[in-house]
Amino acid sequence: MITLPLANFLAQPVGVSQFVIVGAIMFTCGAVCMATKRNALGILMGIELVLNGANINFIAFGSPYLRSDAGSLGMDGQLMSLFVIVLAAAEAAVALAIALNFYNNFNSIDVDRANQLKG
Amino acid sequence: MDTSIYWPTFLFWFFAAVCCMFAIGVVLATNIVRMAFYLVLSLAASSGLFFLAGADFVGAMQLMIYVGGTLVLLIFGVMLTSQAKFVSMKTSQFDWTLAALAGLCLLAVLISAALAIPEWKGLERAEAESLGIPQTATPLGMGLLGARVDAPQRSGYLLVFEIVSVHLLVVLVGAAYLARAKRKRSTAVG
Repeated sequence: MITLPLANFLAQPVGVSQFVIVGAIMFTCGAVCMATKRNALGILMGIELVLNGANINFIAFGSPYLRSDAGSLGMDGQLMSLFVIVLAAAEAAVALAIALNFYNNFNSIDVDRANQLKG
Repeated sequence: MDTSIYWPTFLFWFFAAVCCMFAIGVVLATNIVRMAFYLVLSLAASSGLFFLAGADFVGAMQLMIYVGGTLVLLIFGVMLTSQAKFVSMKTSQFDWTLAALAGLCLLAVLISAALAIPEWKGLERAEAESLGIPQTATPLGMGLLGARVDAPQRSGYLLVFEIVSVHLLVVLVGAAYLARAKRKRSTAVG
C-alpha cells in the first residue's frame, strides 16, 4: 500500500468542479491571449483555446462518471462539443484565409496595422 | 475506506496539469512558432481529459479534427507568414498589465462559481467503480441522425447537423476562394 500524503487526495474520483476549473483556466488563457497578441495568428490561437475550454465544460456536464443525478446533460454534451469542434475547424479556415489575404495586401500580419476602416 | 490510488484521478491531474501549463505557455510565449507547438500539446492533453470523462468518440475526434486538422492549418499559416520581424512581436507593458488584471478577475469569478455547487463535488469511489464503460459512437451517430437511443424524451440533432454540414461546405469554398493565389493581370491577358 502506498502511503503518500497525497494518497487520500488521489483516492477519490474527481467531480465536475475540477473539470470546470481546467476549462476556466483554458478559457482565461485564451481570452488574455486574444487581448495581448499582436500577431493575427496568435489571436486565432487564443480563440482555439477559448473554444476548447468551453468544450471541456460540455463534456464534463454530460459525463456519467462525474455526476449521476438528473441534472446531467447526458449525450447532449458530447453532441454539442462535436458541433463546436466542426465549427472551430470552419472558423479557423476562414480566419486563416483572411489573415493570408491581409498579409498579401499589406505585407504584415500585425493586427494594429489593420486600421483602414477606423472611424 | 479504500485509500489506494484511484488511477483515473491521478491521470486527470496529470492531463489537467499538462493542459493548463501549456495553455499558460501559449499566453506567455512571444515566439509564434513556440505558441503553435504549445497549443498542440495543450489540445492533445485536453483530449486525454475527454477520454477520462467517458467521451471516447469526442476525444478521438478532438485528436483527429482539432489537433490533426485545424492546428496543422494554423501551423501552415505560421509558416506562410513567418518573416523574421513577425516571429516575435512585443506587446506593451501597459496592455499586459491590463489583460492580466482582467484575466485574473475572470478566473477568480469562474473558479469560485465552479466550487460553489455541491452537486459538482464528484461521486463516491464505490459508485464510480461500479459504472461500466459506455459505448458512445452509436448513440452519438443516432443522435446526429435525429433518433435518441440514449434518452428517448430528448430531441435529436438532425437539423443542426444539416446546417453545420452546409455551413462547413460554404465556409471551405469561401476560404479556398479568399486564399487563392493572385494572378498578375498582365500575364492573364497575354
